[in-house]
Amino acid sequence: MNEPLHRVWVYLEATPLLGLAVTLLAYLAGDALYRRLRLNPLANPVLVAVLLVSAFLWITGLDYRRYFDGAQFIHVMLGPATVALAFPLYRNLAAVRRSGIAIAAAITAGSLTAAASAVVVAWAMGAGGTTLRSLAPKSVTTPIAMGIAEQIGGNPSLTAVLVILTGIMGAVMGTIVLDAMGIRDWRARGLAVGTTAHGIGTARALQVNPVAGAFAGLAMGLNGLATAILLPVLLALLD
Amino acid sequence: MLPAITLLIVLQLVGEVIARGLALPVPGPVIGLVLLLVGLMVRGARGHPPPPALEDTAQGLLRHLSLLFVPAGVGVTTLLATLREDGPAILVALAVSAVATIVVTALVMRALAPSPDAGEEGRAGDASR
Repeated sequence: MNEPLHRVWVYLEATPLLGLAVTLLAYLAGDALYRRLRLNPLANPVLVAVLLVSAFLWITGLDYRRYFDGAQFIHVMLGPATVALAFPLYRNLAAVRRSGIAIAAAITAGSLTAAASAVVVAWAMGAGGTTLRSLAPKSVTTPIAMGIAEQIGGNPSLTAVLVILTGIMGAVMGTIVLDAMGIRDWRARGLAVGTTAHGIGTARALQVNPVAGAFAGLAMGLNGLATAILLPVLLALLD
Repeated sequence: MLPAITLLIVLQLVGEVIARGLALPVPGPVIGLVLLLVGLMVRGARGHPPPPALEDTAQGLLRHLSLLFVPAGVGVTTLLATLREDGPAILVALAVSAVATIVVTALVMRALAPSPDAGEEGRAGDASR
């Protein structure tokens, strides 16, 4: 290989700056495309950025661990960003209080539907026991989902993958399904997307409408709680 | 901005400590969210609005919430091989379940909380969709 070029790559491969820069550039490109297409759900910026970074890793042969050395500085901000969801919630507190019971019922129904429908479909298609148990908590935000998977005998790292796939699918399909159903109430739209697609759905909802964003964030938190409580109990009853 | 970021991080940390200390099934950041919400409500009850610098930082972070999922999402593409065994069943189950969950959640909410026609919620910051 060309000597100076090789020297540069040896540096780049080792520096966390590369993973950080690649992630930011891929996201900015994905976000620009998303805005250009007027927030078309099919151009979900998480999906586009993930595909761009993955292509980069594949072409350069850069190891995921080396990539994550840099990308972790972005990943770690997920926690503080979750705390920040208190703001949209606070700004819509009156609307949340007015329909507290409806919200609790909708999220509980959604939580049970998410777990039951996924497990039944996968079981009917012949998936094994560990896969089914890893699948059950997939609509919940990653840290809760991995904890539940471990508790009920699933594979936490498989669950982490399923959580992200669910988030992207839900964020992409949410608008399409809700439009087809004729649901115009931003509260119901936000709850549906937050219950189905946790943080990735919430990220989209926040960009589309502030009320939808607040209700999505609320649904993400409450669905995590509902699933963590209900799922182990349900499985204990089935066993 | 720095005090605001610090507060968000400290609230998450306190949340993590509470979650572990009390062995709660809730992740630390969600407890941090509740703590911040309670703080905002207490301030609000005393007639103080949220600190603008804190709100700007929080909303700024949320504006690019999608960015924060990219590193984990890239991890998924490197793990797709692990799906090989039950791959088709998993993908179909995820898609069917996503649609079913969206439909059920939205229908229950619509049935129990009729949309306030032309209510202020529907109007707030009305976007293109």
